[in-house]
Amino acid sequence: MSSKVVETETVATSIKKVRSHPNQNEGLIFEKSAPGKRGMETPPLDVPAVDPSAALGPEFTRDSIEGFPEVSEIEVIRHFTRLSTWNYAIDLGMYPLGSCTMKYNPRVNEFVARLDGLASEHPQQPAEVSQGCLRILWDLQNCLLAITGMDAATLQPAAGAQGELAGLLMIRAYLASKANPRKKVLIPDSAHGTNPASVVIAGYEVQNIRSNSRGQIDTDHLREFVTEDVAALMLTNPSTLGVFEERIAEIAEILHEKGALLYMDGANMNALAGVTRPGDFGVDVMHLNLHKTFSTPHGGGGPGSGPVVVKKILEPFLPVPMVVKKENGQLALDQNRPQSIGRVRAYCGNFGVLLRALAYTLAYGPGIRQATEDAVVNANYIRKNLEDYFDLPYNLPSMHEVVFSDARQKKHGVNTMDIAKRLIDYGFHPYTTAFPLIVPGAMMIEPTESESKEECDLFIDAMRSIAAEAEEDPGLVKTAPHSTRVGRLDEVAAARKPILRWKP
Amino acid sequence: MRYLPKSPSERQEMLAAIGVQSVEELFESIPEKFRLRSPLPLPGPFSEAEIVQYFQARAGENGRGFTSFLGAGVYPHLRSVVTDALVQRGEFLTSYTPYQAEFAQGTLTAIFEFQTLMAQLTGQEVANASMYDGSTALTEAALMAERLTGRNRVLVARTTHPEYRQVLATYAHNLGLAIEELQYTEPGQIDRAALTPEKLADAAAVIVQTPNFFGVLEEIPALAAAAHDAGALLVAAITEPVSLGIVRPPAEADIVAMEGQAFGVSPSYGGPYVGVIATREKFVRQMPGRLAGQTTDAAGRRGFVLTLATREQHIRREKATSNICTNEALYALVATIHLCLMGKEGLREVALQNLAKARFAQTELEKIPGVRRVFSGPTFNEFTLEFPRSVKMINSALLREKIIGPFALGTHYPELTKRALICVTETMPRSEIERFAAALKKIVDSTGKEP
Repeated sequence: MSSKVVETETVATSIKKVRSHPNQNEGLIFEKSAPGKRGMETPPLDVPAVDPSAALGPEFTRDSIEGFPEVSEIEVIRHFTRLSTWNYAIDLGMYPLGSCTMKYNPRVNEFVARLDGLASEHPQQPAEVSQGCLRILWDLQNCLLAITGMDAATLQPAAGAQGELAGLLMIRAYLASKANPRKKVLIPDSAHGTNPASVVIAGYEVQNIRSNSRGQIDTDHLREFVTEDVAALMLTNPSTLGVFEERIAEIAEILHEKGALLYMDGANMNALAGVTRPGDFGVDVMHLNLHKTFSTPHGGGGPGSGPVVVKKILEPFLPVPMVVKKENGQLALDQNRPQSIGRVRAYCGNFGVLLRALAYTLAYGPGIRQATEDAVVNANYIRKNLEDYFDLPYNLPSMHEVVFSDARQKKHGVNTMDIAKRLIDYGFHPYTTAFPLIVPGAMMIEPTESESKEECDLFIDAMRSIAAEAEEDPGLVKTAPHSTRVGRLDEVAAARKPILRWKP
Repeated sequence: MRYLPKSPSERQEMLAAIGVQSVEELFESIPEKFRLRSPLPLPGPFSEAEIVQYFQARAGENGRGFTSFLGAGVYPHLRSVVTDALVQRGEFLTSYTPYQAEFAQGTLTAIFEFQTLMAQLTGQEVANASMYDGSTALTEAALMAERLTGRNRVLVARTTHPEYRQVLATYAHNLGLAIEELQYTEPGQIDRAALTPEKLADAAAVIVQTPNFFGVLEEIPALAAAAHDAGALLVAAITEPVSLGIVRPPAEADIVAMEGQAFGVSPSYGGPYVGVIATREKFVRQMPGRLAGQTTDAAGRRGFVLTLATREQHIRREKATSNICTNEALYALVATIHLCLMGKEGLREVALQNLAKARFAQTELEKIPGVRRVFSGPTFNEFTLEFPRSVKMINSALLREKIIGPFALGTHYPELTKRALICVTETMPRSEIERFAAALKKIVDSTGKEP
C-alpha cells in the first residue's frame, strides 16, 4: 500500500464543536465582518477633499455598500490561507487530469511577471516606451511559430476557446474572400465541448462525425462528408484518446482537395513539441493553450491564453493589432489591416500569461523535446503498470495520456467517478472522468513530464489498491472521499435551488 | 533540465518497464516523414538567472520611471503586498478548475465570495465566476440579451470603450446580431432624445458604459426606463469599478458587464484581467460562464460546487450559452482578496481620493490658456480636455519630460481631435499633477498660436 493512504477511521465526524483542525471551521469572510475594521489604509489625501454629493449630484452617489466585508489584515491572511489548505495543487503532487496538462508552473515565471517595468505597463502607452513588452510578444510569437511550423501568429485570444473562435473566424473570412464562406464545420465525436460551441459563434453549423473502431478519423467516411459546404474539420491531434492521427496527411489532403481547411485543436501539443510540427502535416490553423503545454498556472480556472498560429493564406485575416517590426528595427502595433477579422479581445491579450509562456520556452530552448519525451514515457509507464487492472477500450499506442474505462469495476458497482474520488484519499487529484464521450466510464490520465518515477509509482500503487478495494469493499470506494473537509456534495440540490451569493 | 525530475537511469528503467528499447519507439505512430530530425531553432536553454536577466532587460526598454495619465479602461491603483502573497500560494496558483469539489473547496469558497462581492458592488442579484475581461463580458452580455429577448439588434452608445465595441462587432458579425450606435450630446452622455420608441422597437438591449469612455457618468435609471418601456434590456458596462465606492450602482440595469482590473490587478500591458457579468436572478439560466453555488454534503456540512453547468459547453456543446471554458479565476481571487482588505470604508475612501485628485488635476490644467473642459456631465477619475494643439504633438513633448500623456480621443473619434482623456487615481502624488500641469503649460506656451 502506498504511503499516501489516509486512515479513514480517524476522521472525526462525530465531534460537534471542535473539528480536527482549526482550518476546518473557517466560515465566509462576510461572517467575520464587523463595522469599523479594515485591512488596508491609504496615504493621506494631499489635495483638497471633495464632497461627492456636491460634485456629482446626489442622484449619482451611493451610501455604504450593504453587506460589504470589514475585516483586518490578519483576518484576510488567515481566511485565505485556511481556504487554500482545502485545495489540491500541482505543488502538492501529481494532478493527472487528462487533456488539462497540469505540469509544474515554474516560480521564476511568477517573479518576472511581477517586475516593475512589465507588470506596471499600460496597454495604451506609446510604442516608444513599450519596446520591451513588444519584444516579449515578438519573441514568443517566433518561438511558437518555430515549435508549430506555422507562418504567422496572433497572441490576442484570452483562452483556448477564444483561440478556436478566432481561428474559425479567420477560416470564414478567408473562404468569404473566395466568394463562399460555406456552411458547416466537421467535428469528431471525441472533441472537447468548446469546439462545437465555438463553431456556432463563428456562424457555422456543427456536423458531428463518428470515430472509427480505432478511435480515429475514418478517411472513407470523411471523404463522403467533405463537400463544397464544408469550411473545415476541427481535429484534436493527438486525439482525446491520446493517440496520434496516423492518417493526418491524408485527412488534410481530403479537405484541401475540396477547398476546406484543417483546424487543429492544440490542446494536446504537449505530446508533440520538439518531435513534430503541425505545419508540416497539413494543418492550416491551430490554437495553443499556454496554460497547458507552456506551463502557465491554471490558478483554479484561469487565466489562460490561446494564441492562434496560421499558414500564410490566413495571415491577412489575423486579429488586430499585430506586432510588426518597422524598417528602423523598432517594434509597433499594426492596427491597419483591412482584411482582419477585427478584435477578439481588448488590447494585446493576456500579456502576463504570454510573458510566462516565453519564460518557460526560454528555460528549455531546443530541449523542449525532452519534456515531450518524458511526458510520453510517464503516460506509457502508467499504462503498462495499470493495464492488467483496468480496461483499455482502445488498444492503440498512447502518447502523453492514456484512457482506461471503468468496465471491470462497474461489475462491482464502482464507476469512474467513485475511483476518481477515492484517489483523493490517496493524496492524488482525480484523473479526468467521463471524457472523451466516446469511452463510456472514461478514466483519462495525463501525468505530464513533471512527475518523477517515484510519484508515478505511488500513483500506480494507489490505482491498483483502489482496483482491489472495488472488488473487496466497493462501499468504501463509492462513498469516497473520506479525508476531505466535506464529503460528496449534493450537486442536484445546488442546481435545483441555486444559492449563488451570501446574504446576511 | 531543472524542471524534469528524472535521472538518465530512471528514464532507462521506465523505458525497460514499458518494453521499448528507446524513446523513439513511443513516437512511431507519427509518420516518419513528419518526425523532426534536428532540434528546433529556439533560444535557450536559459538558467533561472538568465531568464531574470532577459526580462529585466525588457523592463528597462519600457516606461519604467515615467508618470502616466492614461486610464481609458485600465487603471493604476494601490495594491497591497498581502494580495500577491496570498495568490502565490501554490494551493491557489497551481490548482485546476474546481470540478472535483471536495478537493477544491478553497477555490470554490473564494469564487462564492467573489460572486457575492460583485453582486453587492453592482447592485445586481447575482454575478458569475468571471469572464476573460471587460470587452468580452460586454460582448457576452449583448448575446445574453439577444437570447433573453429573442431580438437580434442592439443599440450601443458611442461613449462605450471603442475596443469593447470592436470586440462586440467581431462576435456579432456572423451571428446575425445587428449593432447600431447611439450618439452622445454635449454633457458627454448618450443622446437620450435618440432613444425613440421607433429606435427601440425590436431592440434586444441598450448598451451603455458608466463612467463612460469620456469619464462621464450616465443616467442609468432614466435609460433603464426608456429601454424597459420598449421591452428592451439595459446593459451597463463598467470599466472603472472603483467608482462604485461612491457612485450609485447600475441597479436598474438588467445586465452589468464589468472589468475588474481596478481591484488589485496590475495593468500588465493589457492582461490578464477579470471580466464580470452580473444580472437578475431570473436571468441566471441564460448567463455565460461558470457559477459557484452553495450546497451540503451527506453530513449536512456547507460546501460549494460549480453549478448550473447545463448552460456550459462541456455539457451542452453547440447549444451552450457561450464557448467560454477557462476564465480568469486567479484574478477573481486577486479582486476578492483586494476588496476584503479594502473593505467597506477603504473602498469608499479610495474612491473619494480618486474624485478629489481628478478634480484637483482638472482645476490645475484648466488654468492653462487654451486648455478647457469639453463635457459638462459628472465625472469620477477621468475627464476630457481640449488642448490648443494636437494631442499627439503634446504627448511627444511630454514624453521627453518622462510623462506619458493622456489618451488622444481623436484616435477613435474623428470629431474629437485635440481632445484628450486624462486619468488621475489615488496613486498620483500632487507634485506629479503639478509637474504635468507645468510641463503642459510650457509646451502650450512655446508653441504659441501655431495651428
